[in-house]
Amino acid sequence: MLSYLLFSVTIGGIYALLSLALNLAWGGAGLVNLGLAGFFGIGAYATALATGAGAPLAIGLVVAMAAGVLAGLAITGLTLRLRDDYLAIVTLGFGEIVRLVALNERWLTNGADGMSGILAPGKAALGVAGFNQAWAAGVTLLVILVWLLLRRLDQSPFGRALRAVREDQELAGFAGKPVLRLKYQAFALSAAVAALAGALYAHFQSYISPDHFQPLITIYIFLAVTAGGIGRPVGAVLGAYCVVAFLEATRFLAAVVPGIEAVQVAALREALVGLSLLLVLHLRPKGILPERIPPAPKAPS
Amino acid sequence: MVETALPADRASAPLPGNAGGAPAVLKVAAVTRRFFGVAALDGVGFAVPAGRITGLIGPNGAGKSTLLNVVSGLLRPDAGQVRFEGDDVTGMKPHRLAARGLTRTFQIARGFPKMSVFQHLMLYGPRQPGERLLQAPMWSRAARDREAELAERALAIAGRLRLSPLLDAPVTALSGGQKKLVEIGRTLMAEPRMILLDEPMAGVNPSLGAEIAAHLQALNAEGISLCLVEHDMALIRQLCHHVVVMAEGRTLVTGSFDEVVENAEVQEAYLGRRH
Repeated sequence: MLSYLLFSVTIGGIYALLSLALNLAWGGAGLVNLGLAGFFGIGAYATALATGAGAPLAIGLVVAMAAGVLAGLAITGLTLRLRDDYLAIVTLGFGEIVRLVALNERWLTNGADGMSGILAPGKAALGVAGFNQAWAAGVTLLVILVWLLLRRLDQSPFGRALRAVREDQELAGFAGKPVLRLKYQAFALSAAVAALAGALYAHFQSYISPDHFQPLITIYIFLAVTAGGIGRPVGAVLGAYCVVAFLEATRFLAAVVPGIEAVQVAALREALVGLSLLLVLHLRPKGILPERIPPAPKAPS
Repeated sequence: MVETALPADRASAPLPGNAGGAPAVLKVAAVTRRFFGVAALDGVGFAVPAGRITGLIGPNGAGKSTLLNVVSGLLRPDAGQVRFEGDDVTGMKPHRLAARGLTRTFQIARGFPKMSVFQHLMLYGPRQPGERLLQAPMWSRAARDREAELAERALAIAGRLRLSPLLDAPVTALSGGQKKLVEIGRTLMAEPRMILLDEPMAGVNPSLGAEIAAHLQALNAEGISLCLVEHDMALIRQLCHHVVVMAEGRTLVTGSFDEVVENAEVQEAYLGRRH
């Protein structure tokens, strides 16, 4: 039971990183990124390939984030004229392309069989229980670090300029803000954080396959950010842990609801996820911890 | 003295005496812009004297708004040139123009819905190093000092425009007139040398209109050149040293208010030809 909890904490941390990534692009700059699973996958495969070639964990994580940045810059460049629904559709397509490439380019990714035996640092030395503890602590620490960094960005003049781009990018230009640079930076940084989450996932599971990067993950993360409070990093983190807790809790449905089979449990879980999103949007449309307007300093009297 | 139908290549010629011989801060020469074959601007050219208030008038469809969009960098002209303080700024992006000191306001007050009045003012502050991604998380000394400077200016401007009680209100909570004041305030934060105003009085009640007019005159007295598109002729007469009349995408007449209203071509453009 303890290892199951630790496993959930680690997965919750990975979801929290993804939520922070989405909150930066979507909550910060208004760039709807439905391709989050794609960046997640790019990070996972990048570090699997790098560490598979003999690189240590740290290099693997750096390679994953660099790959995320490059993919983020490329997607921003390709979608400069798109916003809202159109950007969402194109990025959704991008996420699927990443998954299909991973599925079909067998020479690189081993196709549907996935890549196994990915470097799992500490597993041999610490044993399974120690490994789970160390990763739960390490991932949680990273979540705190990334959260502090992104919160600081959010409250800085950079975050303010980004918000202006989110609300009205044309007007942001007249306010003297370099809209293109801000979009590139926000999206690339967001992609790097998502790729970092993917890399951590790959090392933690030590096995990845295209099935792990289904668009459903993106939907869960959108649910997390919406529930937690879009536009506020701490809301994204809280939302992510809530979603993971919710998803894990519903595994035990079969024991509670009599007379249903395993397949029906799975279907019921999805239905409950949808229902919970509706409930959150109905009861707290701005999320549990909504975006705040920082107060102006008091005039010296 | 009225200069009629200023040809494009003479746009940079010395202005008539009513401009007071002030050098031009903005010169528009032979600017053409077509939308699907229809020329909204058809070789328009004129100069805006520095340190003055210039009115840009003309009947609906004359191309005033398109011209403002071209000058402010929203639209690229198909042909022609825009010079600001002597430099060619044709087709330059709005944020680069803002950095040079050329900003604009909008006919329908626009804002960032989820940002407060104070954030609007701060946003327009130029040269904030904290807007760079690499400096933002560090919150460098330079960025913090600049933020404090901007905050001080923002509070002063809010006081001047009597917006102080509304500093923390989201702009969506403001009345139409208050939005106009915020628009003026945030434009001031940008430290402009020239402001293009698109119908600053549209939809504003007379007493607030008078207040805005007084603010505009005060800004001009500080040396900021203003160019305003406006339909309210009484206001143009009261404020503008110099008037440019546009019709059908071209400059029709330039001169003082009294001169242009006496002009037969202007009367024809507004009222139609007498048969």
